[in-house]
Amino acid sequence: MPRTLDVELTVNGAPRRLEVHVHHTLLDVLRDQLGLTGTKECCVVGECGACTVIVDDLPVNSCLMLAVEADGHEVRSVEGLARAGELTPLQQAFLDKGAAQCGFCIPGQLMAAQALLEQSPDPTVADVHEALAGNLCRCSGYEQITEAVLAAAEEMRR
Amino acid sequence: MSMRSVGASPRRVGGHGRVTGQQQYVADIHLPDELHVALVTVDCARARIISVDRSAAERVPGVRLVMTADDLPQPVPRFGPQFRDRPVLAVGETKFHGEPVAAVAAETKDAADEAARLVLVEHEELPPVYTIAGALDPAAPLVQDPALRAGDALAESNVLAEHRYEWGDIEAATSDLVVENIYAFPMVTHFAIEPHAFIAAPGEEGLTIWSSIQHPYWLQRIIAGLVGLPLARVRVIAPDPGGAFGGKQHAKFEPLMAFMALRAGRPVRLVLSLEETFQAARRNSAEIRVRTGLRSDGSITFREIHADYLLGPYADISDRVVGKGSYPGNGPYRVPASRIVARAILSHTTPSTAFRGFGAPQVNWAVESNLDEGAKALGLDGLQIRLRNLARRGEKFLPYDTPADGDWQQTVRRAAELVGWDTELPAGHGRGIALGIKLGPTTGLSHATVRFLADGSVLVFAGTSDMGQGSRTIFAQIASEEMGVPLDRITVVSGDTHVVPYDQQTSAARSSVLMGNAIIEACRSLHGQLRDMAAQAYGLDPQEVRVERGVAHLPDGEVPLVEVLQAGLGTLGGELIGNGMARKEAEPDHPLGGTAAFYELNCTAIEATVDDETGEVVLVRHAIVSDVGRALNPLQVRMQDEGAAIMGLGHTLMEHLIYDESGRIRNLGAIDYRIPTAKDLPLEVLSDVVENADGPGPYGAKGMSEGALLCVAPAVAAAVQQATGVVIRDLPLTPQRIWEALDERRRSPSPEVVS
Repeated sequence: MPRTLDVELTVNGAPRRLEVHVHHTLLDVLRDQLGLTGTKECCVVGECGACTVIVDDLPVNSCLMLAVEADGHEVRSVEGLARAGELTPLQQAFLDKGAAQCGFCIPGQLMAAQALLEQSPDPTVADVHEALAGNLCRCSGYEQITEAVLAAAEEMRR
Repeated sequence: MSMRSVGASPRRVGGHGRVTGQQQYVADIHLPDELHVALVTVDCARARIISVDRSAAERVPGVRLVMTADDLPQPVPRFGPQFRDRPVLAVGETKFHGEPVAAVAAETKDAADEAARLVLVEHEELPPVYTIAGALDPAAPLVQDPALRAGDALAESNVLAEHRYEWGDIEAATSDLVVENIYAFPMVTHFAIEPHAFIAAPGEEGLTIWSSIQHPYWLQRIIAGLVGLPLARVRVIAPDPGGAFGGKQHAKFEPLMAFMALRAGRPVRLVLSLEETFQAARRNSAEIRVRTGLRSDGSITFREIHADYLLGPYADISDRVVGKGSYPGNGPYRVPASRIVARAILSHTTPSTAFRGFGAPQVNWAVESNLDEGAKALGLDGLQIRLRNLARRGEKFLPYDTPADGDWQQTVRRAAELVGWDTELPAGHGRGIALGIKLGPTTGLSHATVRFLADGSVLVFAGTSDMGQGSRTIFAQIASEEMGVPLDRITVVSGDTHVVPYDQQTSAARSSVLMGNAIIEACRSLHGQLRDMAAQAYGLDPQEVRVERGVAHLPDGEVPLVEVLQAGLGTLGGELIGNGMARKEAEPDHPLGGTAAFYELNCTAIEATVDDETGEVVLVRHAIVSDVGRALNPLQVRMQDEGAAIMGLGHTLMEHLIYDESGRIRNLGAIDYRIPTAKDLPLEVLSDVVENADGPGPYGAKGMSEGALLCVAPAVAAAVQQATGVVIRDLPLTPQRIWEALDERRRSPSPEVVS
């Protein structure tokens, strides 16, 4: 079995061709090969959600996806949200509502919430809790995160 | 008072980086030429190390260093904030599961991981002690070598220290009822989402350490002492931690990184896994016997508290946790006679340390639960008995210490109101109310420097670690208020011991008060300089100028400070520099070495119901009210209080570390150790604050951020008791534990079942 393989994927809109170690996860490659350290590493077993990215249209724990599995797919990380320094409504709402405390879980929360809002533009509180249930936050009581997602949804529907 | 910035809730300083992924935590920092470190451990808590064979590991391509205890200065250096008891690497015997025996540094993380697996540690597993009873058994092995505890009368036991506080005459007290029971509080882990991370780099000018640490200046002192460098040659860079909660107060693997960096002559980095982080820090578990005397009207006549806290093998700051956490164990009540005996007990478990609440949640669980048992026996409700005994403002409820520093009745009544205490309760529901109190810092020292730059913008240097509480936002608000400069022209610099003046530590909810006061003092120093400047620039006597809150008041009107500055600096430009300091002096005769700077007081009120079929607790309403003196930033106060409340639900309902007979954590990691998620929230969280501007901090603020965690458990348990009739004295209140209690009652229908 080869130790490395070539993959082609799109990362935040840019096509990338990379040689990746076959045992490396998408998280490893984003952080260590592409220097996209906004995606965070915590539990590495798919429970905490700190490493959430969007692959095609679905939120994915990038610690559970091998980089070779991302071959041919479109990956979006937190660095791909703001365009030319312009925050998205979701990022703006996280900022305005005080959703971020230490901030370490926030990239994952944002990507999970972004995926939710793309699928479901008018979510209920229960929808938000369900969509973010896999994204642990130890600082907050999730209240401001939930408020931010709902506020962003309203803003995006305008 | 103008209160243009203070009392508002501006956007968090550092918020932009947090929502764009640009905020750098230690693990996001890479140095040129760095080596990756992996730790070598054995698969049990306690083992005699026979030999370490590094030959296979050294053959892995890319391996540059395999470090064992033999490669360290001899005897192997030890460190710790209270006692120098923790060796840089295990010496002779491992004392807890996860304690490194060796460490590997390699060019890649993969190579380091592979080589760490290939270091052969020949060892003999020895029986560990991992419970309080096991540690106190006269036949138990001694966790610490008595030679480390020279002159300590307890050295031949596993009791590290015994703290006794006593007042009044317990034996003489007359009571209508005496309630006595034992309560247990579980071992829980901090679970900051950022695992601990460390980098050490040797250089021409000494060592630089990057760490996700709360107390960079304390770490600087520890490292300097260990490697024999002056403080000025040890630079600690402390990027904002990704959550800390006490778990990142003190040195963990930074000393090992320092010695490895010096030996390798290259930067070394170690990012712990979450599992390794679980093995690096936890909260003390505890078993607490409480005996309370009550009169029939509910007034407390005496109380005895015997609290045994289980520590790991090295004290870290945990003995202080035991002493400081148990001292206010009676709560915010007047208790005329009391005896508190709290023991710090060593074991072969994860080294315990500070954790939000600092020893108070354990004893609070026991004492508040015991009070509810007394209330029930006397036919009083939880609110009545608390108001009956609650200290009034100014009352010296805790001998030797600061009198009650707030209108605490107001806090309790507000919480009761929020939960609808006097309204009719739906069938199958119960309510509980509890109070928590915690001492603020007993000593402290914070320096601040404020630079007023030529264009009227401001740099604030403040060494507090901004670990999620938002300290930089508060500091910017204070500087804005004092200097009359908008927030977007203020930058707060922290996290670098070579740049920012000394701050003792970021803990005990001290920073808004102590660092806040230091910043105010620095700004007032600038005010003095600006007054002289204004006098000179406008041809006045300094006595004719008054500077306050961003404005210079002259006999014929007001001038913004920025204008005074520019007039004073003239064409050469430059800046003004103000220094400030806040001290809380030690008091050697005080049982804790100092009185409380303030109290953190919270009242939590819960309405809950229990699913009979599953034993699951459903929290209908969770009300929290804290006496904060003044909310400098109301949104951040709410964020702290609600976050603390939900964290408290963790140890109340689901969190507990489970050990096996080899002293290993069986639920190691995120799959088997559950913390609250967005789906575990109460149906309604209601938070409020009491603001009477009666704190010692800026504009009357008190410290806050731990209070709403303190008394979650007894309030929930009281609600569960009322809803179901079962009394549970062991945390957490898991569905299994509640279901078993309900099942037992179904099978033996006594009026009340105690689990």
